[in-house]
Amino acid sequence: MSGGELIALALLIPLAGAGLIALAGRRPNLRESVTIATALLLFAVNVRLAVGVLDGETPALRVLEPVEGVPIAFSIEPLGMLFGLVASFLWIVTSFYSIGYMRANGEARQTRFYACFALALGATMAVAFSGNLLTTFIGYEALTLTTYPLVTHHSDAKSVRAGRTYLGILLGTSIALLLPAIVATWMLAGTLDFRAGGIVSGTASDGVVLLLLGLYMFGIGKAALMPIHRWLPAAMVAPTPVSALLHAVAVVKAGVFVVLKVIVYVFGIDLLNSSGAGSWLIGIATITLVLASVVALTKDNLKARLAYSTVSQLAYVVLAGALATQWGVLGGGMHIAMHAFGKITLFFCAGAIYTALHKTEVSEMGGIGRAMPVTMLAFLVGALSVAGLPPGGGTWSKWYIALAAAGTGHLIVVGALMLSTLLNVAYFMPIVARAWFAPQAARPARSVGAMAAPRESGGLQEAPLFCLIPLSLTALGCIALFVFAGDLETFLAPMIDGLSTRGR
Amino acid sequence: MGEHLPILQVILPLIAAPVCLLVRHGAVCWLIATLVSWLCLAIAVLLLMQALDGGTIRYQLGSWVAPWGIEYVVDRLNGFILVIVAAVGAVVAPYALRSVAEELPERQIGLFYVLYLLCLSGLLGITITGDAFNVFVFLEISSLSSYALISMGRHRKALHAAYQYLVMGTIGATFFLIGVGLLYLMTGTLNMADLAEQLKPLAGSRIVLAAFGFIVVGMGLKLAVFPLHLWLPNAYAHAPSAVSVFLAGTATKVSLYVVLRFIFTVFGFEFSFAGQPFGPALLILAIAGIVVCSLVAIYQDDVKRLLAWSSVAQIGYMLLGLSFATALGLQAGLLHIFNHAIMKAGLFLAMGCVFLRLGSCRLEAIAGVGRQMPWTMAGFLLCGLSLIGVPLTAGFVSKWYLVLAALEKGWWPVAALIVLTSLLAVVYVWKVVEAAWFREPPGTAGRVGEAPLVMLVPLWIVVAANIWFGFETSGSVDVAKAAALALMGAVE
Repeated sequence: MSGGELIALALLIPLAGAGLIALAGRRPNLRESVTIATALLLFAVNVRLAVGVLDGETPALRVLEPVEGVPIAFSIEPLGMLFGLVASFLWIVTSFYSIGYMRANGEARQTRFYACFALALGATMAVAFSGNLLTTFIGYEALTLTTYPLVTHHSDAKSVRAGRTYLGILLGTSIALLLPAIVATWMLAGTLDFRAGGIVSGTASDGVVLLLLGLYMFGIGKAALMPIHRWLPAAMVAPTPVSALLHAVAVVKAGVFVVLKVIVYVFGIDLLNSSGAGSWLIGIATITLVLASVVALTKDNLKARLAYSTVSQLAYVVLAGALATQWGVLGGGMHIAMHAFGKITLFFCAGAIYTALHKTEVSEMGGIGRAMPVTMLAFLVGALSVAGLPPGGGTWSKWYIALAAAGTGHLIVVGALMLSTLLNVAYFMPIVARAWFAPQAARPARSVGAMAAPRESGGLQEAPLFCLIPLSLTALGCIALFVFAGDLETFLAPMIDGLSTRGR
Repeated sequence: MGEHLPILQVILPLIAAPVCLLVRHGAVCWLIATLVSWLCLAIAVLLLMQALDGGTIRYQLGSWVAPWGIEYVVDRLNGFILVIVAAVGAVVAPYALRSVAEELPERQIGLFYVLYLLCLSGLLGITITGDAFNVFVFLEISSLSSYALISMGRHRKALHAAYQYLVMGTIGATFFLIGVGLLYLMTGTLNMADLAEQLKPLAGSRIVLAAFGFIVVGMGLKLAVFPLHLWLPNAYAHAPSAVSVFLAGTATKVSLYVVLRFIFTVFGFEFSFAGQPFGPALLILAIAGIVVCSLVAIYQDDVKRLLAWSSVAQIGYMLLGLSFATALGLQAGLLHIFNHAIMKAGLFLAMGCVFLRLGSCRLEAIAGVGRQMPWTMAGFLLCGLSLIGVPLTAGFVSKWYLVLAALEKGWWPVAALIVLTSLLAVVYVWKVVEAAWFREPPGTAGRVGEAPLVMLVPLWIVVAANIWFGFETSGSVDVAKAAALALMGAVE
């Protein structure tokens, strides 16, 4: 099969899957089998595509041309391929996890849940493989719209309010800032294609470049740069599998992925350096990554803490791009994968704790390590990886980002990175320490529903296997990424070839 | 047969109307109206194709030669508008069967189709004629029938709305007539092409200027230019659903066409734009209309009224394109005429389905209806996305060209405004979506079923058009471009 056909498949499989899921709605086992089969197929297609990309191919597909000169086109470069691979692989894991979580918690409207999940993955593929800015924009908006029903899954007043924040900020910034930025790019460059070295260099003054960069960076709301990060904590009202795959991987990574692509293929890192626009972005990203970590410290709700941690980690990727060096881009690209595995593990654990013990607040989690040893061990691994400490994969991406910062002489940034690592430890480790060493809290007053039926306290009380196995897998993934980080580097190498070696 | 198509376009519905009056039987009238609407669409498409291939078609009524006799002219511009009007008619006619049967008393159903056919004939007539006075005649035919159609609405407020429209519409028509009279006074002719010739040496005349003012303001009333729009929200909100769809898709578009025809063909670009601050005035009114009416739309509780306010705002976008006074701006405006016709028709069609089942379009009444009428509300959502201007829908394409046109002039703030006001559309569309899907149905309501197929099929044809013209734009964009160039070409 040609690359173009494979891309078409990668876009159509989730769509078809969503349709079948809707049809199989009355038979849960069949419905979930369809989900799993769709996820497996999608991953297989991604692997097949990745083999091609490794061989140096650039699979491409051109569909239509809605407005003159701007086709809907797809074309895969290494970073997009990596993003597609990570998202589709984690979808398989998340699908299993969802089965455990959704059934154990007796969630309603599961058909809508699985169908929207498949659609969201389709939109993610469109973003990952997009060949020009318009296509990216379409996928980006589709991702917002398809995840909205997932955020408002509970359909109560609280989730509708959160849904409004979610939609308002994401749609608002993308229409008000990103779209004008795209149109302006079109006016300046006469093309919207992603090209090595960028398309706007030489067409605009430094001031315009700075303005354009601002429009892009705040227009891509999914990258959650402060002060447009509020949608991410709001999205935490969704069921945990959604927070895990979409709001730690697909949606937010789509944001930083587009940021990296815009920096590398629209502006070009040379332009970012020469125009001085990059230093503004470095400043904003640095402030975001420190501030968000501080806010995370103050959150007692585990998912809220994880959300702010994500905001902080996303800023790492933006920072990496803004540093505009080979190492920076490499580190940013790697961090997309590293953080994906680490954060999804943490969310899986949060969901498992909720499923098994119905605890959501960190302060209630004393002694739960004895009831849920596997979960808390996985949590430890995930936390280490996110913080950037061995044996987690996050070590390497942070290493490169720090190298890039040091290489370009941004010593304050290096300091901020180290400070952020400390803060990471400060907000994660108490959870782990409390789980293992603090005395078990009195029987929680909040235990609700049949699931929390009192069992012997002190005994093992893990979440269902459907939850437990996925979270162990992703935790192992974090460690594997630590060991095999070199392969990841090779995979991304073509992307940074030919970039400036300044400060390398 | 072929050369008589222009007159058939108008005369078919005009003859079918009295036939329906004689028959009076609801279902038979419906059949006649539907067949005639479809035939009209076929004729309009043929005419447009002829106009695109072979240039302007001129048809002399009764073989009386042009400046003395009445002449029908089809060029790219009005061929395009004819297709829009006829297409909306062709979709509304089948849809009306169930909708009208539900909303009107039995004895009025036959009359409804009579009025509908008259209105269609009037609108097509305004569009096709090349004679200034003839425009007034057809304007009255379409207006009088639409007043009556609106007054058929189920609520007593419909009478009030129709009366309000009658008063404002009559003032508008009178203004238009005064304008045409002044032109006749100065030139002694009513034929548009002839008028254009005769007016050239009279560019400095104050009387011509007054005529221009009367005509533009008069049609502005019919067109619902902000701030002359006050009749529109009531009229659309209280009219029977099928009438709302029909008027929303056609009436204001045709009025806008008349304005375009007069300012470009009759008065000429130089006179209209270069000789006086018409462009800036239009720009200000357009922007004010877009902003104010979008904001008002947000605060509506009745979805039909919300859509009506949004219509006034959308008319602002069309005028905005016109006010740039460039080929690209005009193209964007024309494109938006077409795209807005299909998106707003789709939205009103969906609301007609909801009204059929629930008897109300208020936000609290439609709570939770998304799960009970999934196809209808999915159609509403897609057309709503088009209204917002989400990519892959028709609405995106017109917004894209509007923004490009603004940037071409170097008007950054206007481009930003177009984009920002789309966000207001997000808010009011989402209010409906949220109510339909994410709110629990009111306790009193029983479960309702999906709308009947005879209504769903027209709805989904329009929805498909919204998607199709978002993907495959060569049809709509190229025709709009050709029409815009033809209009501008007359001056350059």
